[in-house]
Amino acid sequence: MKLLMIDTSTIVATAAVVDENRLIAETIVNYKKKHSEKMLPAIDHLFQDSGMKLSDMDAFGVVNGPGSFTGLRIGMATAKGFAQALEKPIVTVSTLESLAYNACVYPHYICPVIDAQRGQVYTALYRFEGNTTNSILTSYLSEGVYGIDTLIEEIKAKNEKEEPVLFLGDGLKKHGRQLSEISPKIQLMPAYFAMNRASSAAAAGYQKLSKGETVNYFQAGLNYLRKSSAEEQMEKKQGKIDG
Amino acid sequence: MKILSIESSCDETAVAVIEDGRHILANQVYTQIAIHRKYGGVVPEIASRNHVMKMPFVVQDALDEAHLDFQDIDAIAVTKGPGLVGALLVGVSEAKALAYALDKPLIGVNHIEGHIAANYLAFPELEPPFLALVVSGGHTNLVIVKDYGLNVILGRTRDDAAGEAFDKVARVLGYPYPGGPAIDKAAQTGDEHAVEFPRAMLEDGSYDFSFSGLKSAVLNEINHNKMKGIDFRKEDIAASFQAAVLDVLTDKTVRCAEENHVKKIVLAGGVSANKGLRKRMSQVGKKHGWQLYYPPLSLCTDNAAMIGARAYYDYQLGRTSDWHLNAMPGLELPGVVK
Ligand SMILES: Nc1ncnc2c1ncn2[C@@H]1O[C@H](COP(=O)(O)OP(=O)(O)OP(=O)(O)O)[C@@H](O)[C@H]1O
Ligand SMILES: [Mg+2]
Repeated sequence: MKLLMIDTSTIVATAAVVDENRLIAETIVNYKKKHSEKMLPAIDHLFQDSGMKLSDMDAFGVVNGPGSFTGLRIGMATAKGFAQALEKPIVTVSTLESLAYNACVYPHYICPVIDAQRGQVYTALYRFEGNTTNSILTSYLSEGVYGIDTLIEEIKAKNEKEEPVLFLGDGLKKHGRQLSEISPKIQLMPAYFAMNRASSAAAAGYQKLSKGETVNYFQAGLNYLRKSSAEEQMEKKQGKIDG
Repeated sequence: MKILSIESSCDETAVAVIEDGRHILANQVYTQIAIHRKYGGVVPEIASRNHVMKMPFVVQDALDEAHLDFQDIDAIAVTKGPGLVGALLVGVSEAKALAYALDKPLIGVNHIEGHIAANYLAFPELEPPFLALVVSGGHTNLVIVKDYGLNVILGRTRDDAAGEAFDKVARVLGYPYPGGPAIDKAAQTGDEHAVEFPRAMLEDGSYDFSFSGLKSAVLNEINHNKMKGIDFRKEDIAASFQAAVLDVLTDKTVRCAEENHVKKIVLAGGVSANKGLRKRMSQVGKKHGWQLYYPPLSLCTDNAAMIGARAYYDYQLGRTSDWHLNAMPGLELPGVVK
């Protein structure tokens, strides 16, 4: 089975084609945002260079959040368009899980952090468990928006034995320093490997595809993890009236 | 040639199938008005979130309505701008993906040219050249459409668009969003001579528009009445405001038509749904011997049928798009500015 995975959730525009045990082709542009302009031409090159066609794909994958709201929609609308035109299923992968797959042989805690502005990050805490042939990503802190101080508290509470924790993701730019001070065993992923890669998302996505965990192009949805600011303000106002 | 067209520039998720620029095979509009009403206007982020989830359904509904499959479609068209950037991006990304996957041409369409093209769907005999008055939520233009590929732009708004003025006045009068239709309705029972609002004609010979002074005058009138405890009928304010807008619109259109020796006049955009405007233009048109065209109500406000109509002519002119197509939120009506 062949899977095209698209990730436009952060400043990185990236896509990859994989089959069972092989990364066939990948494109990564980590420079200026313009995803809407660049993603489809990059996908086109990817197919031209590898001699495949879009219609050779058995499924379309997309990283479905959290991340830039607009970026997420560009990826999702693209995946839905492909899937609807060719009547193929969609596989969605969390941005945070995808980042964890950048470090898929790391045996300790992995904590992806994506900048969510306002001193907050989109984050979760994972660990790969099981043996090398069948390692399963297990969640220790569910995906959410956390203030950086709250996250630090959570990690300290979960990690009493002070095992190593690996941080990665674009949230390191702003918060890397503060996170590295949690304990001496903290590790920050080097920049090259800390960013989103469609091949990592594809690794997670392919597992889902093999297990039949797909959705159709009507259902596939986004995980923004945050409401629009208009809704937030409306709820605040309502809260004042009700409470 | 059958074009599947997508429109998502504001709060309508719309898909149509149009044959040869003139025949509607399907015209599906999913309007989000009810979702945005409690916010008093369109919330861009909420509009975009709804577009991305609704779009595949609306695409499928359009194909079903036309009794067609993707294989029967010859090209994919989409509104590239102007509009809300996040909202536009959903339609543009979806259209690009469909066109790429189906290996069909992609046509990025200017939304304002789309509004004008709505008339091609309703009137098979209508062909350029003609004079168009575009009055929409964000635009007010007097433009001579010389040919399918050439616009000569004679007038534009210097501040608020006509529809924007309707919406702002309606909001202050306490009418629900969108305000234009509410003012239209209220005006029918109000006294248009109740308040004498200013008619901004600007300098001699100008075809430009300005509605912000009128808007302020209406707001002042309402505030003044409220502060002094003077009773007033909302309907009278609505009627007097609308009369002022219509005076300016008709006056300039008449002068423009005469000076350019045009007798074919086309109305376009959301405000062309206004009953008062249609009536007034019809009266004036009779007097001046115009052939007057305005779209049926369903094609006045945003829809994808008009995008599919315009796309056909863009395609004929070789104006197709490549895979780099991006949303252009600030796009203007293309043409020569006079
Ligand atoms: N009956 C009516 N009378 C007056 N105004 C109306 C009427 N019906 C709709 N409108 C106005 O038309 C506008 C919506 O038209 P349209 O959909 O063309 O605008 P838009 O798409 O928001 O803006 P644009 O087309 O300039 O990008 C709104 O301002 C609305 O109040
Ligand atoms: Mg419009």
